[in-house]
Amino acid sequence: MSNPIEQIRGEALQSLESVTDSETLAAWRSQYLGRRGAVGKLFGQIGSLPQAERAAFGQQVNALQAELDAAFNAREELIRSQSMARDLEEGDIDITLPAHPRRRGGLHPSTRTHREFQSIWADMGFHVYQSRDVEEDELNFTLLNLPPHHPARDMQDTFYTSDSRVLLRTHTSPGQIRAMRELGAGGSKPIRVILPGMCYRQEQITARSEIQFTQVEGLAIGRNIRMSDLKGTIAEFAKRMYSPEAKVRFRASYFPFTEPSMEVDVECFLCGGEGCRVCKYTGWLEIAGSGMVHPTVLRNGGYDPSEWSGFAFGMGPERITMLKHGIQDIRYFWSNDLRFLQQF
Amino acid sequence: MLVPISWLKDYVDIDVPVESLAERLTVAGLEVTHIRYIGLPQQEVPGLQMPRSDHLVWDRDKILLGRIVEVKAHPQADRLVLAMVDYGGAELEQCVTGATNLFRYKDQGEINPPIWSAFAMEGATVWDGHSDKAKRMTLKGKELRGIYNKSMVCSEKELGISDEHEGVIVMDHDDSYIAGAPLADALGDVLLDIEFTPNLARCFSMIGVAREVAALLNVELRYPSFDFLAGGEPIAGQVDIDIREPELNPRFTLTLLRDTEVKTSPFWLQHRLKLIGQRPRNNIVDVTNYLTFELGTPLHAFDYDKLVERAGGRPTIITRLPEPGEQLETLDDVLRDLGAETILVADTAGALSLGGVIGGGETEISASTRNVLLEAAAWNNIGIRKTLKEQRVYTEASTRFSRGVHPSQAILGCGRGIELMRQIGGGTVASGVLDHYPRPPETVTIDLPIERVNRLLGMEVALEAAADALRRLEFEVELIGDVIRATAPDHRLDINNDKVVGQADLLEEIARIIGYDKIPNSIMADEMPPQWENTTVIIEERIRDILVGQGLYEVISYRFTSRESEAMLIPAGARSSLPEGDHVQIANPAASERDVLRKTLLINMLESAVNNARYQSSQQLFEVGKVYLGRGDLLPEEPLHLGILLTGPRDEPWWQGADASADMDFYDLKGVIESLFAGLHINDYSVQRGSHSSFHPGRSADLYIGRERIGSFGELHPEVAARFKLTDAKVICGEIQVAPLIQQHQRLHTIAPLPTTPAVLEDIALVVNADLAAGEVEAVIRQAGGRLLKDVRLFDVYTGDQIPPGKKSLAYALTYQDDNRTLTDKNAAKIRKKIIGAARHRLKAELRA
Ligand SMILES: [Zn+2]
Repeated sequence: MSNPIEQIRGEALQSLESVTDSETLAAWRSQYLGRRGAVGKLFGQIGSLPQAERAAFGQQVNALQAELDAAFNAREELIRSQSMARDLEEGDIDITLPAHPRRRGGLHPSTRTHREFQSIWADMGFHVYQSRDVEEDELNFTLLNLPPHHPARDMQDTFYTSDSRVLLRTHTSPGQIRAMRELGAGGSKPIRVILPGMCYRQEQITARSEIQFTQVEGLAIGRNIRMSDLKGTIAEFAKRMYSPEAKVRFRASYFPFTEPSMEVDVECFLCGGEGCRVCKYTGWLEIAGSGMVHPTVLRNGGYDPSEWSGFAFGMGPERITMLKHGIQDIRYFWSNDLRFLQQF
Repeated sequence: MLVPISWLKDYVDIDVPVESLAERLTVAGLEVTHIRYIGLPQQEVPGLQMPRSDHLVWDRDKILLGRIVEVKAHPQADRLVLAMVDYGGAELEQCVTGATNLFRYKDQGEINPPIWSAFAMEGATVWDGHSDKAKRMTLKGKELRGIYNKSMVCSEKELGISDEHEGVIVMDHDDSYIAGAPLADALGDVLLDIEFTPNLARCFSMIGVAREVAALLNVELRYPSFDFLAGGEPIAGQVDIDIREPELNPRFTLTLLRDTEVKTSPFWLQHRLKLIGQRPRNNIVDVTNYLTFELGTPLHAFDYDKLVERAGGRPTIITRLPEPGEQLETLDDVLRDLGAETILVADTAGALSLGGVIGGGETEISASTRNVLLEAAAWNNIGIRKTLKEQRVYTEASTRFSRGVHPSQAILGCGRGIELMRQIGGGTVASGVLDHYPRPPETVTIDLPIERVNRLLGMEVALEAAADALRRLEFEVELIGDVIRATAPDHRLDINNDKVVGQADLLEEIARIIGYDKIPNSIMADEMPPQWENTTVIIEERIRDILVGQGLYEVISYRFTSRESEAMLIPAGARSSLPEGDHVQIANPAASERDVLRKTLLINMLESAVNNARYQSSQQLFEVGKVYLGRGDLLPEEPLHLGILLTGPRDEPWWQGADASADMDFYDLKGVIESLFAGLHINDYSVQRGSHSSFHPGRSADLYIGRERIGSFGELHPEVAARFKLTDAKVICGEIQVAPLIQQHQRLHTIAPLPTTPAVLEDIALVVNADLAAGEVEAVIRQAGGRLLKDVRLFDVYTGDQIPPGKKSLAYALTYQDDNRTLTDKNAAKIRKKIIGAARHRLKAELRA
């Protein structure tokens, strides 16, 4: 009866109509268009046909193949767009389900603050000089103009070791002497360093005081270092650390190793100087102690104080971190409590 | 120290608001930590922030000076009286009061001389004297036991002067008082609480503060008179002084007041002492206290007759160090053993007092004392500090002497003190002062060129301005060309005789008086020091970053621990693997469990894990910090170590992650460490079988760089884990020295070009003896694979059904690649053949089918 080409064509197109998914479509393709598929078989028959019919038959099979290819592509496109539409319609998830927790990790808050300090001071030409924790009484006190029985030793509750000449540094200042002696080349070279590190005081551990705390001390020594340089440099630090508008106030104070000595207050960055609980309604926060290096200390570092001068300052990173983040209890810092550390 | 403005005004006129004065003092180094108001309003000063005070402000129209004219009995109540008060009104006001201190005037008729008190009219607001809490009340008329009452005579508590509520305020008659004048003008006050740094010893008195105020406000300072009215025999024949330790006691002066009366001090003296927190006792003792605060010269009064009795005649006051075994009972009723360092005031019969610190009980002033011998002395401040350290007794006198009081002040205190005693208690003062002064301090004169001032301050200060600043502080100043020659006044011990140090001392005073705010801000113009890089810091921070990048949290621990805590790291019978060296022993530890410095970070890591385990099952911690190792030198070594600890589920438990929540193990930490080394670009290290006794011997490793063991890591030894109760999950930890990492890290490393040829991927599985280390297998594969074998990755370790007993299968993914050409299958087959051959030959491995 009928032409086998037409028969396959009719059958193929009809069955394609009912194909709705990509697996069936793939099966349809191999059934008709695959190497051993129906169209392939038609090509195989060409050889067995009389010579005269071959060309015409071949053309018809070619046409069939082209038509089925096109139909396949159209169908494939249809299925793809339908399935995409379905996916868009039905593939919703509950986005309120909890996330897969990732491990973030984090630096200790003191390290963060130290880095901030270090990068600001590095920009101003101050390099990090690391000094030791266990120190000689001589360097921690005597050479810093705090001889035995000096009243200012009362300001420091010191941890001594079993050798009474040796103590845990109460401040980073003994590093000043070490830096001067190591970098000053016998009092002939200028110095700009910051000295970060852990310090220790024999105190009651309370929400406000700890037996260990970090400090960052700065030291600049030169032939022409002025008190105005100290003011300008600290003001610049405050601008970079707190805000470009940060106001700074210098108050006379006393440290045995500097003279003149000054406390540095920065306008309270929590209330903008209006007065709040944290700044005790004064509008100021104390951020540093500072001063011109005492002539005796310069001398002990190998410098001639009639030729050389310098300034020094010291800051407490924990205190500044506490102010910035509203931390009420200094004991959090060395508690290593992940509930605290994970908040940074 | 509390400084009442009313008292300060005796010596200096203050023409600025108290709040501004407080600010000026604070900026000049006398830190005002608190301002307390009594009756007066707080003033707003533009640009000045301060805490709002919620004190009681006395209504100037309703809280008045009142004169109590008469006290009558209350007709219906024994415990109440009626005080008849003249408050300037047309009639006397009748106040019902229960004030016990008025009872003695009851029904005595008119009181003469009149007594003055604080009178509050109807409508005035005062504190409720009967309330425990601060509660205001406003006076309203009402009946009190049948008598209508609408006003009151006030106690100190009701006016917010003190907590005193036993009786009403009773003031001595003063000709300047006017009934009905605002009480605020008579008793209103402001108290500055000032903290003094040790360099401000000279300020530790009202006059000391007034001197600073005068200099800062550039006004005149009025000293009180230091003269006394003498009428008696010369003192010289009545007592002797014998100073045996002139270095410790550079000056000793005595005056004598005969036939005086010991009694209660007048109101003004009691009031001033009470304002500054001192308890009035009797007129003699109160004057000694008063001078301590007024001039900063602590005085001591002896009962002269008791001294005569002890001496059996004319007493000799001796200042000396104690005899061995000597004791003294002091005024605080403590019998003290006197050590070698305590300077004593004694007589021929024995010790009388601890010089400059506290008096002895026997010769103290009592109600029956008639003749008073007054001591004003100077004490070496270091000597006093030694006494304090030895005797642990702190008094107002010792506070001042231990900071240093100039000996010139003694004679002033002596004169002023004896005159006040005479005025208050009556009697006759012996003529002259017995003054032994073996060691006057040298006068300090410093030459300060103005050029040096300008150079160090960084601003141009006029010669005259600098000189004026010093004159205001009572320096004697002479100008010699451009040089300021300044001589320190005789109340200062803090100006150094060394030229350069003395110049710094003067410079500070000039800057302080000119004001630090006047000094400009400048940028350093000085030569820049050579720039250098601190590799230690850079690598230390790099280590932190790498570990944080892997999800670890940095901790910072106490560097204190105890030997017992660290001993917990060593299993019973094992030798310690902690670093060699002695502990640094703390002589005065904060607690016994913190009496040495740590030698290892492991103890901190474990203690942190224990604490966190209460809240968190999964922990990844590290610390970079020093350990302290005594190695025979005066100071210990302080090497930097890295501690790491992992424990708990690899992944935080979550709703999809049931299968990912297996606990971390050795291989997790090994991965962390490999990443660390990769991040530091350290290639030449090896991981060998563990030897650290704190770790499980079979599940730990040592890290080597060359032949040096630089650290260990592994699963915590089960015995150690049990001691710390860390048994819920494996604890994996390690400790590594940081110095070798800093030394070995590659600052510069070359980056390999990205390959342009395709790689050939292939898997092989080798069956080997179960106890053969995977590291060996990989080494053989890599060696056999040679240059073209780019990567070897173990992806499966299998023992079980298809593998003979005693064997295991290791499956590797291999990557072959030639940077210069495309590898063919044939090339790849050749490499594979070599690998399999080597594995067979050297490892007795079989290819798994
Ligand atoms: Zn604030």
